[in-house]
Order: sequence, then structure tokens, then C-alpha cells
Amino acid sequence: MTKRLMILILGALIAAIAAPATSRAERLITSLSSHRVMITSSFSGDNVILFGSIERDAATVPRRGGYDIVVTVTGPAQTLVTRRKDRVLGLWVNFDSRVFVQVPSYLAVLANRPIEAIADADAQRSLQLGLANRVLPQQIGPDVADVTRSDPFRMAFIRLRKEHHLYVEAPNGITLLTPTFYRASIPLPADAAVGNYEIDVKLFADGAMIARSTSALEVVKVGFERFVAAAARDHGFSYGLTAVAMALVTGWMAAVIFRRD
Amino acid sequence: MTPLQIYLPIAELSVNIFLILGMGFAVGFISGMFGIGGGFLMTPLLIFIGVSPAVAVASVSGHIAASSMSGAISYWRKRAVDVGLVMMLLIGGTVGTAAGVALFTLLRSLGQLDLTIGISYVVLLGIIGVLMAAESVRAILRQRAGGKADLRRPGSHTWFHGLPFKLRFKRSRIYVSAIPVCVIGVIIGFLGAIMGIGGGFLLVPMLIYILRVPTSVVIGTSMVVTLTTMAWATVLHAATNHLVDIVLALVLMVGGVIGAQFGARAGQNMRGERIRLLLGLLVLAVGLRFAAGLFVRPEDLFSVRMLDQ
Repeated sequence: MTKRLMILILGALIAAIAAPATSRAERLITSLSSHRVMITSSFSGDNVILFGSIERDAATVPRRGGYDIVVTVTGPAQTLVTRRKDRVLGLWVNFDSRVFVQVPSYLAVLANRPIEAIADADAQRSLQLGLANRVLPQQIGPDVADVTRSDPFRMAFIRLRKEHHLYVEAPNGITLLTPTFYRASIPLPADAAVGNYEIDVKLFADGAMIARSTSALEVVKVGFERFVAAAARDHGFSYGLTAVAMALVTGWMAAVIFRRD
Repeated sequence: MTPLQIYLPIAELSVNIFLILGMGFAVGFISGMFGIGGGFLMTPLLIFIGVSPAVAVASVSGHIAASSMSGAISYWRKRAVDVGLVMMLLIGGTVGTAAGVALFTLLRSLGQLDLTIGISYVVLLGIIGVLMAAESVRAILRQRAGGKADLRRPGSHTWFHGLPFKLRFKRSRIYVSAIPVCVIGVIIGFLGAIMGIGGGFLLVPMLIYILRVPTSVVIGTSMVVTLTTMAWATVLHAATNHLVDIVLALVLMVGGVIGAQFGARAGQNMRGERIRLLLGLLVLAVGLRFAAGLFVRPEDLFSVRMLDQ
């Protein structure tokens, strides 16, 4: 009896020494319902399901506080201009503007509970957790830099993007079906930009990030939509002639069909 | 996720197909009735439903070409088109368009394009709307009082009748110098390029009030001019900016040409001065809408757009 216990303890010790340090930490396994979102003529937005599990082994330290997950989805970069109207000589005109340089056209932050409960302020800032902590560089004179969180242009920019469902913040966007199995839905609006979307999954325990995994999905135009977009871009002149021919034929047909005499 | 939604490949936007068809029909009806392209109505409507202004302007030109084509054929059959006048107007129009595009580019680089467009809409639509409405009300009153409502006064001469290079426009029964005709063409082309409109609503009153072209020939002539300039604008927009959304344009066209036919019929059953009064009021209403945008504090002071769109 004591001999067997001794062997067991010894075995565990050897295993602990021999095993690399990573085997103690959790591993994140993630998968997407689809890696390709296709824009067809009836496209009106889509939901991509992200699911996965937190892999543990016997040597993993127990986490008393349970796990937290934050998923950040970043769409292709765009340079956007935010304008503010002001009253000049009685007229409301675009008076001031800020250029946001190469910022995500789409940005979703999904978590299983509010970000503030998952990590402290320092970690939030250093890991850019949540829309408020995201670096959104602006063109300021010759420099490009981020501004304070309370900058009115930055706040208006995030608010407007949220109103158009292009920026999403969902503190309840991730469901932990079991303590180690999670599921999230990434809502892509109809005007989501075409391109690559990076998906960054971060695992937290007791306020610290303990694992991270990245994945990607692609939004593409297919079939007729792709053909039209490519024709407009690569063969502008003949595309224009086609549009005019279409206009003339449509107009002529209407005149023939509705001819009264 | 309704099956009525259709994705616009260039505008990159999902819209309800019946909404677009309906907008095309409504604007087409108005364009058929008044002999105008309707760009000054359609472009703001499309921007309102979320199409970017650049794509809206480019795609509307295709829609206007189609409505004008359908209207132009009807008027051509009725011999209500003055080809000579069309040619002279187009000569001026080409020059005006080039100048307008140059100023457009300059204003865009200065970042004050929106303001310029807003003010031009208010000033132009305001002036023209008031002038047309006032003139037609006077004509209607004169007619009520028993006088002749016909605006055409063959004997009336203005200063430009003394200008050289006189041409006889047979179908319009006018004998005027080519200079004012070309100048009108330049103005239409210039304003059309800056404001993203066909210019029919400017051309019609100018032909009526300045050149004294009879109302019966004005609409057909204006339609052929609009057709030519808008067809050319569509090709230019597609070749340079790649912003013509052919799906959007097609849906607008189908609604537009049908609307134009009904509009043309409704217009034929109405007296000239009534049509002018209605058009004047419509122009004025759009002008007031733009004025509200300039004078009333907007609900949201901020806006976000792609750079260079």
C-alpha cells in the first residue's frame, strides 16, 4: 500500500519535471461554422458561429474563479473621416473633421460577462479589450496617433459605427455551455466590407490572460455579384456602355409596350 | 432575411427591391409629367436610404437616361423635338460639363463640396421654384379673368435678339442668336456636373422663359438633351470612378420607365400653366428641404464616411 503510493507520487513528480511548462496551461480550441461568408444577390447579413473548448489536462492548475473568454473580430482596415457640423453664419455646415487612419471597418467584441469584470483597467488597455480600449489612430497634423477615450470625435465615431451595427460590443455574446465549452455568434451586417476578418479569442482566469488563439474568416462576393464588381473595376468603359445600352433598351421597350396608337 | 431584399454589388448594401422600384416609379412619373430627368429628387432619396453620394450620383445618371429615352421616343413620334436646338444646347453643354467637373474636383479637395451642393440646391431650386410658381399662378389668374393664358408672345423681343449668329429653329418657331442657346447649354452642363443632376428642371424654364420655345416642343427637346448628357455621364462615371451600380440602376430604370409613361399621359391631360405650377411647387419643396438641412440644427452633428467617397 505505502509502496504503491510512493510509486504514484514519484511518477507524478517525474511527470511534472519532465513535462514542458505549457502542458499545465489551458489550450484553446476554436472552430467556425464557416470560414467564408458569401455575398449573393439575397445577402442581407449573416451570423457566423464560433465554438470551441478549453482543453485541460490532469496537471492543469484548478481555477477557482472559472474561465472568461473575450472574442475580438476585426474586419478589413479602412480610412474613414468623421465630420462635425457647426453653425457658421447661421448655416449648419461640416466645420471640423478627423481622419481615422486604417481603422477596422468592422469590429466586434464579444465576451461572457462585462469586460470590467474580466480584467483590470491595465490589462484592458494593454490587450485592447473592448471598443473603449481599442486603439483608433487619427491623423493629427503630420502625425498619426490615438486620442483620449473621451475625445468627442472618437466617441461619435464609435457611436455611429455601433448604430450601423459595424461595431458591436456584446458582454453577453459568449455562452459557456459547460465551464470549458463555449459558443458565440458573430453578427455580420449586410454592408460588411469584403475582405479578411481576424478572430482573436482570449482566455482569462482570475483576471489574467492565460491562452490565446487566432482564426480568420473571409467575406467574399460570389457569382453574379462578383462578376459585376469585377467588371465595374476592370472594364469600366465597357461596363458603362453596357449600363447605357441597358438604359436605352429599357426606355425603348417601355415606349413600345405603352404605345397607344 | 426577407426574400425581397436585394444586394447591390457596387453600393455594397442590401435594400428592399420594392422600395427601389417604387422610388423609380414615383420619380419616373414626375419626370414623364414635367419632362425633367428627376435627378434632383432621386439623388437625395438614394442618399437618404444609405447609398453613398458618389454611387448615388453615378447610378442615377443611368436611371435618368432610361426615363428620358422612354419619354424622348414618345415625344419624337409626336414631332415635339427640335433637333437643331438640341445640337446647339449640347455644344454648350459639353463645355459646361468639363468646367463643372474641374470645379467639382477643386471643391472636393477643399472639403467644402457638401456645403456648395447644399447652397446651390437651396438657391437654385428656391429661385426657380418661386419664379415658376409665380408665373404660372399669374397665367392661371389671367386666364380666369378671360385673357389668353398662352405665354408665347411672338412679338416680344429682348436684348439678346439683337445678338449675331442668328439661327432659325424651325420646330420651335424661333429665330434667335446661337449665343444665348450655347450659354444655356454651358450653364446646364456646369450645374449638372456640380450638383449631380440632369438639369432638366433648369432647362425647361430657361427654354420657356428666355428662348420663348413653345411648351409643346420644350419637353421633348429637354428630354433628348437630358438623354444624351446622362448617357455620356454614365459612361464617364463608370470609366473613371467605377461607381455605377448596374443592379441599382436597372431596378430604378424599370420602375422609372413605367412611371414615366403614366406621368407623360397625366401631363398631356393637363394645361401647360398647371404643369408649370406643379413643377414650380415641387422644385420649391425640394429647395426648402435642403434649406432645412442648412438652417435647422441637425439631429446628429457627426457623420462618418469613407475618405474620398
